[in-house]
Amino acid sequence: MAVLNVRQRRVLQQSALYVCLTLGALAMIFPLIWMFFTSFKTPWEIYDVNILPQSFQLENYQYLMKNTGFLRWLWVSSVVVVCTTISVLVFDSLVGYTLAKLEFRFKNVIFMAILATLMVPTEMLIIPWYIMSVDFGLRDTYLGIMFPGLITAFGIFLTRQFYEGVPDDLLDAARIDGLNELGVYLRIALPQVKPALSALVIFNFLGNWNAFLWPLIVAQSPRMRTIPVGISFFSNEVTTAWHLIMTASTCAIVPVLIVFVIFQKHIIKGVQLSGLKG
Amino acid sequence: MLRRQKRLTLRQQQERWAFAFMGIPLLFFAFIRFYPALYAFNISLRNWSMLAAERPFVGLQNYRDIFADEVFWIALKNTFTYALVGVPLQIIIGLGIALMLYNIKRLVPFFRALYFVPYVTSVVAVAWVWRFMYQPHIGIFNRILLDLGFEQIQFLRNPDTALFSILAMIIWHGVGFQIVLFLAGLEMIPDTFYEAAQIDGANSRQIFFRITLPLLNPTIVFVVVMSSIRYLQVFSEVMNMSNEGLGGPLNSTISTVLHIYRTAFHRFDMGRASAMTVVLFVIVLVITMIQMKLVTRKFEY
Repeated sequence: MAVLNVRQRRVLQQSALYVCLTLGALAMIFPLIWMFFTSFKTPWEIYDVNILPQSFQLENYQYLMKNTGFLRWLWVSSVVVVCTTISVLVFDSLVGYTLAKLEFRFKNVIFMAILATLMVPTEMLIIPWYIMSVDFGLRDTYLGIMFPGLITAFGIFLTRQFYEGVPDDLLDAARIDGLNELGVYLRIALPQVKPALSALVIFNFLGNWNAFLWPLIVAQSPRMRTIPVGISFFSNEVTTAWHLIMTASTCAIVPVLIVFVIFQKHIIKGVQLSGLKG
Repeated sequence: MLRRQKRLTLRQQQERWAFAFMGIPLLFFAFIRFYPALYAFNISLRNWSMLAAERPFVGLQNYRDIFADEVFWIALKNTFTYALVGVPLQIIIGLGIALMLYNIKRLVPFFRALYFVPYVTSVVAVAWVWRFMYQPHIGIFNRILLDLGFEQIQFLRNPDTALFSILAMIIWHGVGFQIVLFLAGLEMIPDTFYEAAQIDGANSRQIFFRITLPLLNPTIVFVVVMSSIRYLQVFSEVMNMSNEGLGGPLNSTISTVLHIYRTAFHRFDMGRASAMTVVLFVIVLVITMIQMKLVTRKFEY
């Protein structure tokens, strides 16, 4: 056998890596591809061997839109995502800035207290939240679904890290020019941390769009189900109608995939930042 | 003198602004995070049913009850199985793929995006996709087994395989996140380290264990902490992949959080369920603290 020279070995090694990575990537996206194609199949085609549907008929989608609450779930999920995102953008960023750039008493105590909330698993709060929701009549309301996520410790730390990087001189110069603290924050500091804000929006979108446990508990009537809760109930009702279940799953995932494709670079950056700064 | 006075008022002014900025968030944290955490302890010490008006104080009775509850022990054991098998497997796979990505020249962002895609999808939606793939006769895995002449596997219906079938889905869903973090960590290691090692005649195994792994340690610890916490709280996957969301067959897949959910919202026994959340809290806290200790151990460059 001929001995391979360094260059040939290098080419061989590279090709092996590309082959492995391609197979791995196929395995990663295969479930989604299968889901997507199954959503166009008739109930009989489920028993076929083919991966591709015979035709891209839209009957399953029509069924889903007409005979289930999917559009309602979509509405509830959208309201929750939009409102929590606005709230998180306003409050997390403001607190992050305050902790990073303003001087005040009890700063460390407040910082440590907010840090401590990260230690408590959500599961421990869910029963008290539920009892409070009953007491305040928040079950089956948008506010009931949203309130735990209106302000997040994670977002506060993420933005705080970025505000620390904004030079003090810049802020002081603005103060000397006569801007008050709110003006300094809005006009000078805020525009400096756009990457952190876009990461925050993305994480918040993903977290709330996909959230399951709390929306499941607080939504008692079918009217207030979010997409994951709706899918869970619907799938349990029609356990064997896989063509419909896959259609519902596709409808839940496609919006997220569109967001992912558009904001891919931001999302990956956001994950890296949260990991490296966290 | 005058100047000092003015600075003082400036500082006071800033303090006023600070508390104005943080007023609502501080109230939020007090009422939505701190008060409920204490409330949970309170509930756990009472006989608290959603169906009864009286909530008498019973001391540690709920804790005695849950430790005498066989299903709670099974749920704990399962939860630790999810974590102890899932976390290392996910990290080995994630690190392996990240290393491969690190060593290729082109298409890195493309591959990275593909591996990351499952992470952004809804857990509930993909849990049902995997449940479909695991079905006998119509599921893709069993079709392949049948085509290759093997017997079918009742992935989710056999108590011996059900937990690991769910685990495979959890790893698939979460590994992309780790790949992105590991790759970012690898790219931060300066090339000079590798060049120096090569000049010293180190082989690739030595380079991996003596340079790559120690320098990647902060990322690894972060990933271990994050994924341990996530695995200890596993719920949605089990709820959607087991029949009727009960954690079967024969409680073989039930997790602690699913057991808490069933106790609180099927049987309305808030006292016992809260006691279980307190136990879970202690477990998560202890594990996080141990791992945090490891984080603070600095590596010398």
